[in-house]
Parts: sequence; C-alpha cells; structure tokens
Amino acid sequence: MSAALDIPAPPKEETPFQRFAREFADSKLAVLGLVIVLLVAVLAIAAPWIAPQNPYDLAQLDIMDGRLPPGSVSADGLTFWLGTDDQGRDMLSGIIYGLRISLSVGVGSAVIAGVIGSALGLIAAYAGGKIETAIMRLVDLQLSFPSILVALMILAFLGKGVANVMLALVIVEWARYARTARSAALVERRREYIEAAECLALPRWRVLFRHLLPNCMPPLIVIGTIQIARAITLEATLSFLGLGVPITEPSLGLLIANGYQYMLSGKYWISFYPGIALLVTIVAINLVGDHLRDVLNPRLQR
Amino acid sequence: MTTWLLRRLIQAVFVVLVMTVIVFIGLHVIGDPIDILISPEADQAERARAVAALGLDQPLWKQYGLFLWGGLHGDLGRSFVFNEPALQLIGGRMPATMELAVTAVLLSVVIGIPLGLYAGLNPDSLLGRTTMAGSILGFSLPTFWVGLMLIMVFAVQLGWLPSTGRGETAELFGVQWSFLTRDGLAHMALPALNLSLGNIALVLRLTRAGVRENIHMDYVRFARAKGLSPARVVLVHVMKNILIPVVTIIGLEFGSTIAFSVVTESVFAWPGMGKLIIDSINVLDRPVIVAYLMIIVFLFITINLLVDLLYTVLDPRVRLENRQ
Amino acid sequence: MNDVTLEVRNLSTHFETRAGTVRAVDDISFSVSRGRVLGLVGESGSGKSVTGFSIIGLVDPPGRIAGGQILFQGRDITQLPERELRSLRGNRIAMIFQDPMMTLNPVLRIDTQMIETVLAHAKVSHEEARTRARDALGMVGIPSPDERLKAYPHQFSGGMRQRVAIAIALLHRPDLIVADEPTTALDVTIQAQILAEVQKLARDNGTALIWITHDLSVVAGLADEIAVMYAGRIVESGTVADVLDRPLHPYTHGLIGSVPSRNRRGTKLRQIPGMTPSLLNLPGGCAFRTRCARADAACEQDPPTTEPVAGHALRCFHPQLEVVA
Ligand SMILES: Nc1ncnc2c1ncn2[C@@H]1O[C@H](COP(=O)(O)OP(=O)(O)OP(=O)(O)O)[C@@H](O)[C@H]1O
Ligand code: SF4
Ligand SMILES: [Mg+2]
Repeated sequence: MSAALDIPAPPKEETPFQRFAREFADSKLAVLGLVIVLLVAVLAIAAPWIAPQNPYDLAQLDIMDGRLPPGSVSADGLTFWLGTDDQGRDMLSGIIYGLRISLSVGVGSAVIAGVIGSALGLIAAYAGGKIETAIMRLVDLQLSFPSILVALMILAFLGKGVANVMLALVIVEWARYARTARSAALVERRREYIEAAECLALPRWRVLFRHLLPNCMPPLIVIGTIQIARAITLEATLSFLGLGVPITEPSLGLLIANGYQYMLSGKYWISFYPGIALLVTIVAINLVGDHLRDVLNPRLQR
Repeated sequence: MTTWLLRRLIQAVFVVLVMTVIVFIGLHVIGDPIDILISPEADQAERARAVAALGLDQPLWKQYGLFLWGGLHGDLGRSFVFNEPALQLIGGRMPATMELAVTAVLLSVVIGIPLGLYAGLNPDSLLGRTTMAGSILGFSLPTFWVGLMLIMVFAVQLGWLPSTGRGETAELFGVQWSFLTRDGLAHMALPALNLSLGNIALVLRLTRAGVRENIHMDYVRFARAKGLSPARVVLVHVMKNILIPVVTIIGLEFGSTIAFSVVTESVFAWPGMGKLIIDSINVLDRPVIVAYLMIIVFLFITINLLVDLLYTVLDPRVRLENRQ
Repeated sequence: MNDVTLEVRNLSTHFETRAGTVRAVDDISFSVSRGRVLGLVGESGSGKSVTGFSIIGLVDPPGRIAGGQILFQGRDITQLPERELRSLRGNRIAMIFQDPMMTLNPVLRIDTQMIETVLAHAKVSHEEARTRARDALGMVGIPSPDERLKAYPHQFSGGMRQRVAIAIALLHRPDLIVADEPTTALDVTIQAQILAEVQKLARDNGTALIWITHDLSVVAGLADEIAVMYAGRIVESGTVADVLDRPLHPYTHGLIGSVPSRNRRGTKLRQIPGMTPSLLNLPGGCAFRTRCARADAACEQDPPTTEPVAGHALRCFHPQLEVVA
C-alpha cells in the first residue's frame, strides 16, 4: 500500500492499468477500502479453514455456552472472542460464515444482473427504435419503484429462500446496469472504431459484444461495485425481516435479527458484531466504488 | 395546462393498469391463486365453492377482468388471519404509517436544510466537512441496523426514549394519532429519526449543492449590491431557488419513505401497514399482500402526479410556460 | 471641481489563489464628481469589474483590498464596518451589472426584488415602497409598470431586464452609480437608448457615474473623463478630448486604432498585436512592454505616473505624441 503511494513521477511508458493503479492510489481512503474488501473476501472464501468453529454443525454446539459475553471460554477451552448466540454458537465463526453467504448472494446477484442488464442496455442502444423504447420504458418503470418494494413483491409471490432472494435482487438491480450500459454505448457508438467495424461489415453481435462492450466497461464496473454494496444491504434487510435466507444458513442480516430480541436485555454482542461486519463491508465497498467513479469516469467527477 | 394535466392523468392510469397486470400475473401465473386466495385450512367442498366464487375456473382474461372489477369496488379479498376485508385492514393501519412517514419527511427538512445551508456556506469548515462525510454514511448504512443502534443507545443504554409501539394515542377525525400526545411523540421519535436518515442525507446534499451553485451567481451579487442583509440574501434569494428542486425530490421520495417504513416499523414494532405486510408475508396472508401492493402502487402514482403539479406551481418559469 | 463624489487613491485588489497572487487591480487612482461621467476602458481581464466591486465593497475571498483608499464623499469606505457599508450599498452607491439575463433572481417577482431594495434603506410602508418601485420602472421607460411589477424576470426581454436593473439602481437616487458594461449584452439600438437615458438621469440627479466598458466608441459620446486600464493599472487618464484626440500612451493609441470609425473608412483596422498578459504573478515593469513597439530596457522598470499636461496623466516612459491614423 505504501509502496504504491511512494511511486515517484509516473514513467512515460506506463500501461493504462498502471496509470489507473496510480490514480486509484491517490485516495488513501479508497486504498484502505480496497484492503478491507480484499480482507473480507479472503475471510469469506476461506471461512471453513479460518473460523474457530463450524457454526452449522450442531454437534459442535453446546446450549450451555449460550449467550456468553465476548471473551468467555467454553468448557473445552475454546475462547469466544465475540461471545456466543442463544444456541451457544461462536459469534466470530457465525460472522465469518455469514459474510460468506452475504457476499456470495450480493456478488452473485450483482454479476447476474450485470450480465442481463448490460446486454439489454447494449441491445437497446444498438437496435434503437421500438426495441429501445420498450426496454427503456421498462427500466424507467422499474427504477421508479423503491428496491425494497419490488423485492417484497417478488418474495411475497415466490416465497423465501436463497434462490428467490437472488432472483429478487437481480430483478431489482438489472435496470441500473441497462441504463448505464445504454448511455455509455450511445456515446461509444459515435466513435470512429465502431463506424470502422460497421464499414467492415462485421456481424452485428460481434460489433456489439467484441467492440462496444469492452469500451463500456468502466462505467459498468463503477455501477457494479456500488450495486454489490446495495445488494448486500438489501439482502441483509430482507433477511432481517425474515424474508431472506433460511435460518439454517444465516447471513449477516439474519444473525442481526436473531440477536435483536436479546439486545433489549443488554446482550448487545449477538446483534452488534454481525452489524459491524456488515457495516464495514458496505462502507469499504462504497469507498472503493466512489473513488473508482472518479478515476474511471472523469466526466462524472463531482 | 389542462392538456398537460390530462396527459399526466392518462399516463398515471396506464401505469396503474400495468401494475395490476404485473400483480395479476404474479398471482395467477407465477404463484397458484388457489393457494394465494383461499385459506389453507379450507376443506375440499369449501375449496370448490371458493374456486367457483372467485371465478378461478374462468379463462385468464376474464379472471383479470374480475380482479380489476373487484379492485375498482374496493374488494381485494379477505384476510385469512383477521377475517376482515384486506382493504379495510390496511386502511386501519395506514394512519400510523402516514404519521411516521410525514414526521420523517419533516425531520429531514428541519435537519437537512439548515445543515446543508451551513455546509454550503462554509464548505471548508470542520462541521461542513463532517456533515458531508456523515451524509455518505446516511446513504449507505442499512436502515434496520441504524434502527437497532438507536434502540441500543437511546432506549437501552440511556433510557431516554421508548423503543417499541405507538404509545398513547388521541383521536382526531375519528382516527387515532400518536403525534397528539406527549407519550406518543416520545414513541415516534426514534422510528421517525430512523426513517428520515436517508432523506436527511439527501436533503443535506441537495441543499449544499444548491448553495454552492447559486451563491456565485450574479443575481446573488446583485442582491448584495442592493444592500440587503446577508440573512435575506441567503434565506430568500438563495433558498427560494434551492427549495424548488429540494421540495420536488422530497415529494418524490415520500413514496419511498412509505415503502421503507416496512423496515423501520419492523424494527420498532410500529403497528403500521409496513409491519402488517411483513407479518402477512410471514403467515402467507396473501389477500393482504395483494391489497397492500395495489395500495402502495396507487399511492406512489398519486404522489408522483401531485409532485409534478407542485413543481409547476413552485417554479414560475415552468408555471407560466404551462399556462400559456 | 470641489464636488468630488468618489476619490480612489492607490487602490490595489489582489486575489490569493493556489497558483499565486493575482494583482487584478494594482495601485490605481482616479476620481469622479457630481453629475460627471467617468469612462473606465480596457480589454477583457484588465480589472475593470474588480475595480467596480471594490468600490461597492463586494470583493469576495480569495480576493481582498490589499491597499489604498476609496474616499466616498470624503469617507474612506475601505475602513467601514460591513454594516455601514451595507447601508451605503444600493442606497448611496449603486451598481448595474454586465449581463441582464443573470442579475435578476429568476424565481422572485419584480415587485419583490424592487420593494425589498426600497425597504432595505427607507422606513416606509409597503404601499409606499411599491409606489416608488412603480415610479422607478416608469422612469426607465417600461410601459404599464403597474402590471409589469407582478411579472417574473423571464417574462422580460434582455433590454427590459436591464432597464429593471437600472430602475433598481435608481430607487434611492444614489450619489454614485457603477455601471459595469450594462449594454454590452444588448443590441445596438437598445444600447443607444439606454445610454442616452442613463446619461440624462445621472445629469438630472447630480449622480456621479462610472461607466465601465471595453468599447471606446461608447464612452466617446457619453463620458466627461476617461481612464484606460491595462493589466490592473490605469495607464492613461484625462478628459475625453485629452485621451481620445491627444492620446499619449502607446496602448491608448492601439485601442483607438482598433475602433472602426467613419473618417478612417477604408483603412485597415489595426489590432494590437499579442495577448493580454496573465495577471498571475505578473513581473514588475510596464506590463505592456511585450506588445509595445516603443519598449526598451527602461520599460523593465515600473513607469511612474506623470502629468505632462495638467489633468492628463499617464504611465509610460516613451509617450507617443504623433497620432497614427
Ligand atoms: N475570484 C477570482 N479569483 C482569481 N482571480 C480573479 C477572480 N476574479 C477576477 N480575477 C482576475 O482578475 C482579473 C480582472 O478581472 P475583471 O473581471 O475585473 O476583468 P474585466 O476587466 O472586468 O474583464 P471583462 O471585460 O471580461 O469583464 C482577471 O484576470 C481575473 O483573472
Ligand atoms: S513604458 Fe515602455 S513598454 Fe510601457 S507603454 Fe511605455 S514605451 Fe511601451
Ligand atoms: Mg467585467
């Protein structure tokens, strides 16, 4: 991190990526955010090897260890650094596994929505006419309703479950990608290389995906980062409301909900630490996304 | 002006129709309407009767017609749980949600505008920069988590304010309201603050951006050159220009505020329609869900229409253009 | 000329920017008397507007008055507390701005914007204030002023808006009006009308008028005295006859040469070669020397102000006496 900051005057023949990295490193806050995001990702991926306990393995849990405050030690010598929940589950392990679920739902839905939304946006920009109008009307309609309402509606019809939550998130999110992809593509389309490709009579899909898409990537990446944070937040909210992931595989939101009833009696840690984990993750992603926007898209600079 | 209004009305009706189609498809194509509209406890004979009564044996387009017809007559089914018409049930909970949402919007104006003004006039001051950084948190923090923290700090640790329920209510126009009693207001404080947080951040940023943009305009300098007091320059000349976008956005956000009260009401056990819908989803009380969705959509579209109207009234440039 | 309304002595106004100090106004002196018109002429960026804003005390940070005195009716207003300065602004000293499309608040009605000006300085009833506002509109030639009071700025044309701004400036019959290129944005016929009207109003009321412009032909017919600004300094000043008919400074010669005129029809217009220098960290010496045909080593030093003829001042080592035409 400090090595990146110490780079002297940029050498002339730096690659676009190097320039991007140097500009990104300008904001220490964003670099800190990136470090946290990477750390969280590692935690989530390596959860089974890192967590002191497997929180889903009921055999490892002892109800006698229930609701112990942070720092307590169990009968068999395991220290609960962040305390335990009502089942005697180690909160630290629960949080690490919860991160895994929150992140995979958030990232997964953002990626699927990104693919679908960008494709529709590109098609709208490229096809124009009625197709464009139809797609963009749908986007407007979608965006005029708050995300929570749309998600509630979908879950109300389809029921709970991870797959349905992901579907709801995808439906909530695709429109933003579509809008971004379309406006980026409309700008790019007027550039020479697209006209050249069209003159060469390359097939339409090839122009669309091989030439147009790569050049629309920067704004899509920015939107994608911020959408991941939004997806994680929304998933946590839905799970907190009891409409999200099932109790057997608790995400951070569900962990917080489980601890809620004990908070009023002062056993704050069951809700508090998962909340902190959620918070840090979301804020870190937002920091990265905010700065990415400035670096990748000077036109949008605030 | 009238043609404009007419066009907007037709547009609104069209969107409502689209939404009924979506909800109808959700009901009848994605889900199984028999499960959705008929209580799971009903026996075989009751079922058959209900299927016939609801017209579920009819072709789809006819069913849609029936659904629409029922909706027009305020008939959106009966709640399985409360055995009460769904619309009436939701209507009974609406005042609680409305007073919460309105209070939240008022809070966002009362807190957001002065802070935004300050931050706009003193962008480099410590308070100015802190509020800006805080507003980023206001946008990105999950509402339910902030609600929990409010409870933890103000209800559990400090014990200043109650954490759940509506408290004492008083009657006005035949409806019970919390804001009319001290106790009710105390109960409303935390949930309203919670619900307003995102809006405070929004209003703050809009106001700040407006101040930064307007303060360097010639008309501000001219107002000062006329010898007006700084207070009048800022509060009349600058504010009047900023208020137009701020009021418009707040108005548009009012629908979202009502939708997001779902979360706040659940955290603070506030007995409004948001809490009702979550409970209904959890016990699969589907008629209530459908009714809630239709009401929300209707509210939404009405609000957008009103805000559009308000905007034209507020901005003389738009207003006079429309009149001509 | 005992009736001096405004006397500016060695005024300097600087902007402290991140890149360095901008000496937008650098040690200028001039004065205007009752009922007289001073034309302040110079190219874009020469510091004319900043001079105007300095006089009404509206130089905003990062700018500040770095030195000198502005004596208004004998009182140095650079030393006045903001409160007292405000009671002069719009009351005894008024300003008219360059772009009439931008000076009126777009969302406030004309009557609001006029009445508030009356009430800011006069303890009169709202009704009385409205009457004064209407009379002022009538005075600047706006038809059916009663009706027009209720209108919004966007319902007026540019010329009409500038008349409203002038009416606002005249509300308290000020002793001094600073008019910052008020007709530049308007078309020629309206420009001429407004010029004539303002001149008459100023003469009738005994108002001193500073008319800022980059257009010599405008001040030729309007002003009594002229001050020519270049790069934040007044390089030549005197009566209209002195400056326009017997110019001494090479820059003034250049300006006159670039004005189209009837008696020189057919001859090529001379543009002054080169560009206005940036006022940021301007080196010492005569700022015009990069563009001056007469420049020599002496010009590396700041030329002092001299008065070869009484009342005709200039800052140049090598005045140009012959008229180039
Ligand atoms: N806020 C500011 N910060 C920095 N420099 C400034 C500022 N305002 C004015 N200046 C500088 O002061 C100089 C004089 O500006 P001024 O507006 O007085 O020019 P002007 O003679 O009125 O030109 P114009 O004919 O274009 O109106 C300019 O070079 C400008 O760069
Ligand atoms: S002082 Fe020298 S450079 Fe400046 S105007 Fe006179 S002759 Fe030219
Ligand atoms: Mg100017």
